Amino acid sequence: MRNVVETTPEGNMVLNVGPQHPSTHGVLHLFITVNGETILNLDPNIGYIHRSIEKMCESLSYRQFIYSTSRMDYLSAHMNNHGCALTVEKGLQVEVPVRAEVIRVIISELTRLASHQLWWGSLAMDLGALSPFFYAFREREMITDIMEETCGARLTMNYIVPGGVMADIHPDFQRKVKEFIVQFKSKIGEYHELVTNNVIFQNRTKGIGILSKEDAISYGCTGPTARGSGLSCDMRKIYPYSAYKNIQFNEILETEGDSFARYMVRMREMEESVNIIEQLIDNIPEGEFLAKTKAVLKLPKGEFYTRLETARGELGVYIVSEGGTTPYRIKFRSPGFSNLSALNHMIKGHKIGDLVSVMGTLDLVIPDIDR
Amino acid sequence: MSFLSNYIKEVYGAVSSLLIGMKRTGYYLTHNKEVITEEYPEFRAKMADRFRGEVVMTHDAQNEHACTGCSACELACPNGTIKILNKFDITPEGKKKKAIDSFVYHLELCTMCNLCIVACPTDAIKMSQNFEHSVYDRRLLTKQLNFPGSKLREGVE
Amino acid sequence: MFSIENILNSFHKWLGSMLNQTNVMLIEMALIAFFAITLFAILGLVLVYLERKVSAFIQIRKGPNRVGPFGIFQTTADTLKLIVKESFMPDKVDKFLYQLAPFIVMITAMLLLAPIPFARGVQIWNINIGVFYVTAVSSLSVIGILMAGWASSNKYSLLGAMRSGAQIVSYELSAGMAILSIIVLTGSLNLQDIIASQENGWWIFKGHIPALVAFVIYIIAVTAETNRAPFDLAEAESELTGGFHTEYAGMRFALFFLAEYINIFIVCAIGATLFFGGWMPFHIGNWQAFNHVMDFIPSSIWFFGKTFFLILLIMWFRWTFPRLRVDQLLNLEWKYLLPISMLNLLVMTLIAIKGWHF
Repeated sequence: MRNVVETTPEGNMVLNVGPQHPSTHGVLHLFITVNGETILNLDPNIGYIHRSIEKMCESLSYRQFIYSTSRMDYLSAHMNNHGCALTVEKGLQVEVPVRAEVIRVIISELTRLASHQLWWGSLAMDLGALSPFFYAFREREMITDIMEETCGARLTMNYIVPGGVMADIHPDFQRKVKEFIVQFKSKIGEYHELVTNNVIFQNRTKGIGILSKEDAISYGCTGPTARGSGLSCDMRKIYPYSAYKNIQFNEILETEGDSFARYMVRMREMEESVNIIEQLIDNIPEGEFLAKTKAVLKLPKGEFYTRLETARGELGVYIVSEGGTTPYRIKFRSPGFSNLSALNHMIKGHKIGDLVSVMGTLDLVIPDIDR
Repeated sequence: MSFLSNYIKEVYGAVSSLLIGMKRTGYYLTHNKEVITEEYPEFRAKMADRFRGEVVMTHDAQNEHACTGCSACELACPNGTIKILNKFDITPEGKKKKAIDSFVYHLELCTMCNLCIVACPTDAIKMSQNFEHSVYDRRLLTKQLNFPGSKLREGVE
Repeated sequence: MFSIENILNSFHKWLGSMLNQTNVMLIEMALIAFFAITLFAILGLVLVYLERKVSAFIQIRKGPNRVGPFGIFQTTADTLKLIVKESFMPDKVDKFLYQLAPFIVMITAMLLLAPIPFARGVQIWNINIGVFYVTAVSSLSVIGILMAGWASSNKYSLLGAMRSGAQIVSYELSAGMAILSIIVLTGSLNLQDIIASQENGWWIFKGHIPALVAFVIYIIAVTAETNRAPFDLAEAESELTGGFHTEYAGMRFALFFLAEYINIFIVCAIGATLFFGGWMPFHIGNWQAFNHVMDFIPSSIWFFGKTFFLILLIMWFRWTFPRLRVDQLLNLEWKYLLPISMLNLLVMTLIAIKGWHF
């Protein structure tokens, strides 16, 4: 913990944004040096919600540790579980049933939709428009209802287990997903009417927080943040995992690299997710949903790494095994941490109000950064 | 002159985009049927069958359960939520038989991950759909799941 | 016919028959002070309730619905809570200014009630420079806000206060220009004269397009002047966590909060008086039959109806639009609103000179 200072030697004011601040969406602490309203420097101070999930996982078995990764990036809990399950399966050399693969992808895309909708609502709320949040939650509620029925929980589901999924889909699953798609398609125009086309919103985001493609690479940005800068980094396209191999979909790219480009990437990604779900929902193959595995899982000695695309970017799961029932070491490469590191570069020279819009379009989830 | 026409176009575009937004919110302001919220204590949503509220042990009419005290759930639990205390009953034949004395469940530690339910070989425990867990005393969150006087159902090994 | 004017006049006569002139004046002043405070409290309660309901309906929610039928006593309950709450004062504040600031803001709002004509012949103070008085006094509230921001010794408060200062000072210009364009038509600063001039139709209809433009500019400018979204940069919850009132709690905070709503009421009342004829019923030219029917609706209902219509409009803005950035806010004023309103004033003057208005 560094000392809190009032002013810099040059006489500029140091403003503490957080750890409790409405627009950091969690316990993120930013030291910003301001001259009047203009931000000169930004210094993130993280660790307020560090729960040492990686260390905890070392004492849990390969079945047990997956639940705790839901608490990292709680908005894409499924993708976190999916990444862990993929890594364990890689070590065990287990063949996952096709049905389970398809269910995993549908649930992952629903999670992505839910995450992006929450992001859309909270971005609008950060920028001062309070109503879109409720419209976003109206559609998100349908997804959480689907999750509740099939997975048994609304946010931290722990549905994906090594070898497949925990339970088969609910009989109503396909009907409800189709209902959601109809509802979502009828309301997406409203999202654009209210926020995207609004002149105030466009002025607040266009040309703000520009991140060039080179900077995106050097800061290790991934996900919609990097795709807004024209960097092709969609793990679903580059290293297709699960059922993504057999699906036709586009990687969304925008070239401007400003807040509006990142916003548009996420908005178009939502429509692309709906497209993926539409391709799969009627073609869930029959069969087992869980592969037969031993009661106690033991990974062979070695190192295993998988990467996949969460709603925020690339999640890497790295497991070192000594051959025992628990991992020797686990490391998660979380997207939020790298994306946050680019914030100082993006925000310099902008106003305090822009901090909110840039941070909003980075879509930070603080437990994901601290783990 | 192009400056002026651009200026007018800009103002027109801005005002029309704002009016479109106002039309949308105005629609909701005047259409009360679109309201989606529910009043909680009067209206309790029925939770889905698979919803994981808390772990309960199923007892039948004879106050018998299916828990053999094998501790599979205790081992499967990542948080140490479940503690099984065993005792040894003496059967009429004079043999010792293992049975549960108490199945202690710490609701305050539980993350509803469902691993214990999956691990249970006799389906003795299941998830209930109760989601209202608030109590005034923390001690009330530590529960004994087997009913007093209950015993193992015949035939369950 | 029911008329507040008659009741007041007979009450005045009845007092005059019992007491001498000085005592009558003293009693009436006390009654008016009591009336102003009561109106202040009731308006605060009603407007906060209205805002919560409007926001709830826009956000597809139900809004307050527990305390009393349709939750109408919710704001009363909230006020009771704020009254009994500890008036917490942080350690390092400038104590005198910190305690004074909410009262300055509130007194300013109360002073503005004086020249507003609530109904036919009902006005606390019929001052001949009514409009000028309102524009002058309303700019005092910025002093209270700056005081609060400075005395709190909090960086967020200071930033909020500075933003508010820049905002109120610049938006007063275009609000003044919009008001001037009606003054040009009327030729009087007295609010009663302005209302009387709308006997055969309201200015927004009689003044052609320039009156409409002036009205739009007036609404935008007063929204900014009362620190309402989308111009709520002084509070800017997601940026400054509350702006100038970050460090205020309990009743001191409630005074800021109430003053904001009273200010909205006042600017809307002035707007209704200037553009919609205040308490003047809806008249069409010299169509006597129609005008006579309209006269049956009491003038106070006309006044409050128009005012609440404008308040609803401003609330509608708040729950639809995102917030502007501080430099965009000033750009909007100096590059768009001020030039347009100046041009508008010129056109309006031409109309007034040539007598083209109806």
